[in-house]
Amino acid sequence: MNDTLRNTVSVIAGMLFGFGLALSEMINPRRVLGFLDVLGNWDPTLLFVMIGAIPVSSIAYLIVRRSQKPWLAESFQIPHRTDIDRRLVAGAAIFGIGWGIAGYCPGPVIAMFSLQWREPVIFVAAMLLGSLIYRRIQVQD
Amino acid sequence: MTSQDMAFALAGGALIGCAAGILLWFNGRIAGISGILNAALEASAHERSWRMLFLLGLIFGAFTYSLVNPGDFALRTDLGSPVLAVAGFFVGFGTRMGGGCTSGHGVCGISRLSARSMIATVTFIAAGIVTTAIVRHVLGLPT
Repeated sequence: MNDTLRNTVSVIAGMLFGFGLALSEMINPRRVLGFLDVLGNWDPTLLFVMIGAIPVSSIAYLIVRRSQKPWLAESFQIPHRTDIDRRLVAGAAIFGIGWGIAGYCPGPVIAMFSLQWREPVIFVAAMLLGSLIYRRIQVQD
Repeated sequence: MTSQDMAFALAGGALIGCAAGILLWFNGRIAGISGILNAALEASAHERSWRMLFLLGLIFGAFTYSLVNPGDFALRTDLGSPVLAVAGFFVGFGTRMGGGCTSGHGVCGISRLSARSMIATVTFIAAGIVTTAIVRHVLGLPT
């Protein structure tokens, strides 16, 4: 019973997320690159998406901090590491390079399957390969 | 950017924030897409289903919007395959190494005031800005 409810919540959350990405046009890599292209015709859309998203999810976190457990699960699975290591910074930098080349990050490129096949198929295949290779070599600090 | 673009960006962002809040409240999970995707392919069957459903919902939600508002923007479909593959590889490798992407670090992490996520977000935006400058203005690639 709880599994069914949890899965239903997941679909609904995924749909809201995907609808939000499309509505805000973050699904469009040209919009994203417009934000990153500070030397060109700068497009602040991504900034407004963050301004829309962060207060809403912050409220959710504030409520969660006062509750013992989620409604449909045993515990909250929230990362609690606080150390800043080289892996975090190097990983984020490598991600940013890929993001700046094509304008896709994982959410929008998956949502892009709703509009076309060619770009997301190639990108996601390469993305999974990159992730798999990192897991195999597991760069140590 | 028009004032309608700005309104849609704020509203779309609010929906993304709602999605993250719902997943956390009900299921106790972070809406980090790179982590959900990796675990969807590697976790046990029991842990796989909600992730697969979330990702299918992501596609279906975007599809629903395209029905409501078709032809909203000029869709890029012709970026060269080698360029897409290199970019995808970096995104997959980097998000695995750095433990998150725009959603996990940029939205969820910043919302809970995680120092790691704030550092990651500043880093990937800075790297993205430098890369876009090189790709578009030095190499002259039409991305």
